[in-house]
Amino acid sequence: MSLGLMEKQLNNQQVADQEQALVKYENVKKQFGDNEVLKGLNLAIQPGEKVALIGPSGSGKTTIIRMLMTLEKPTSGVITIGGEPLWHKKVGEKLVPADEKHLRRLRTDIGMVFQHFNLFPHMTILRNVTEAPIHVLGLSKEEATERAVDMLNKVGLGDKLDAYPEQLSGGQKQRVAIARAVVMRPKVMLFDEVTSALDPELVGEVLQVIKDLAEETDMAMILVTHEMDFARDVADRVVFLHNGQIEEQGKPSEILENPKSERLQSFLSRFLA
Amino acid sequence: MDTYKEIIPLILPGLTITLKVLVASVALAISVAFVAGLARLSRFALVRKITAVYVELFRGTSLLVQLFWIFFALPAFGIQFSPFLASVVALGLNYGAYGSEVVRSAILAIPNGQTEASIALNMTRWQRMRLVILPQALRIMLPGFGNNAIELLKGTSLVSLITLTDLTYKGLIIQNNNLSYTFPVFVVLLLFYFIIALPLIFGVRKLEKNASRGVAKA
Repeated sequence: MSLGLMEKQLNNQQVADQEQALVKYENVKKQFGDNEVLKGLNLAIQPGEKVALIGPSGSGKTTIIRMLMTLEKPTSGVITIGGEPLWHKKVGEKLVPADEKHLRRLRTDIGMVFQHFNLFPHMTILRNVTEAPIHVLGLSKEEATERAVDMLNKVGLGDKLDAYPEQLSGGQKQRVAIARAVVMRPKVMLFDEVTSALDPELVGEVLQVIKDLAEETDMAMILVTHEMDFARDVADRVVFLHNGQIEEQGKPSEILENPKSERLQSFLSRFLA
Repeated sequence: MDTYKEIIPLILPGLTITLKVLVASVALAISVAFVAGLARLSRFALVRKITAVYVELFRGTSLLVQLFWIFFALPAFGIQFSPFLASVVALGLNYGAYGSEVVRSAILAIPNGQTEASIALNMTRWQRMRLVILPQALRIMLPGFGNNAIELLKGTSLVSLITLTDLTYKGLIIQNNNLSYTFPVFVVLLLFYFIIALPLIFGVRKLEKNASRGVAKA
């Protein structure tokens, strides 16, 4: 799509909408080679809203949050955060591709937890959590440590400050990763199948930490997950994706208990065993 | 034994020169290795290309010819180096080219998830490199750097050919003056080079051990 067309879309959009939604995907497409992963996604997330993305693998759910974290560039369409285009910059009335400076400014509002934790192996647990607050937010070492210790206590790892990631279990690593993202105080947190790499007995502790977090903060959350019970407990809205498109969405009770589309029915039946 | 007692004091000044050349060119080689290694991963194509030309030129031609070029041919263009400086420049640029490959491949060996995590934490490009990637890559570089340093030490013997009075040069003079010393002279040379190499071998081994903490995949 041409930039001119994107501009029109952006201008056509209702102003009220722009002010309300924290994150907005407008006709966003993503292609990897010949493979069209997202086919014109339209999705808005309100401040504080918890949205679970479910769907079979390859349905595009991870790509949706990776584009918001600026790890993947949309092929076309516009993503806005706080009303500002993420991947584009307004120069006068024109939208031009964003530069690193623009991306860094908007990234302040976004945080992410990964499937494979991606902790920094050469740093202690405490430093994993204080590094970005010190170097990115410019907090003093004392402030950053206080914030980090507080958060690590909350996720139950206050006694592991001086340990290295390799000394922790998968569940503990993922809890550190959550603490590391939360201390940056983003407006929206992205969770990318955060329990998929864990042994089954460690899944519960991580989900509990996220549930607690969802209850006590006003951060918006986008959760890509295969845990249907968890989605029901945490999410305000469940979005079912199929083949790069939203097939069905609504309240967890509607979506998970009264699925309308055949595809969602057959998808959910696989989780009922 | 008396022969050795006679030879060793005569060779010792050469040892000092060899050590000086070694230290100076290792320092230059490491600096060049980092600059060129990072430049080969630059997001600017021109920077990558220019660096690639340098690396392939210095890896693809003989060190001896490079030494001769810098010492004998560059004066034709008005650039004159002392034998010591010419030696350090040639060795530093040559082994810096090899070292840049060590730096480049070590950086590329760090899993992409580390970069993604540091983007998610909103670090700048330079912060990602300095705080996250390089500290981990350094540990991967150590064995490669150690090998290069030992290779460089052996390479220093070539500087005798551009009139620098290093260990090899001193030995050759003594051997020339008294051919019956041929055997003991080369025994002494062999031992001296090995003695210099030993701390390099053990030093790198120790560094590797110290740095192995927390290297495992997070």
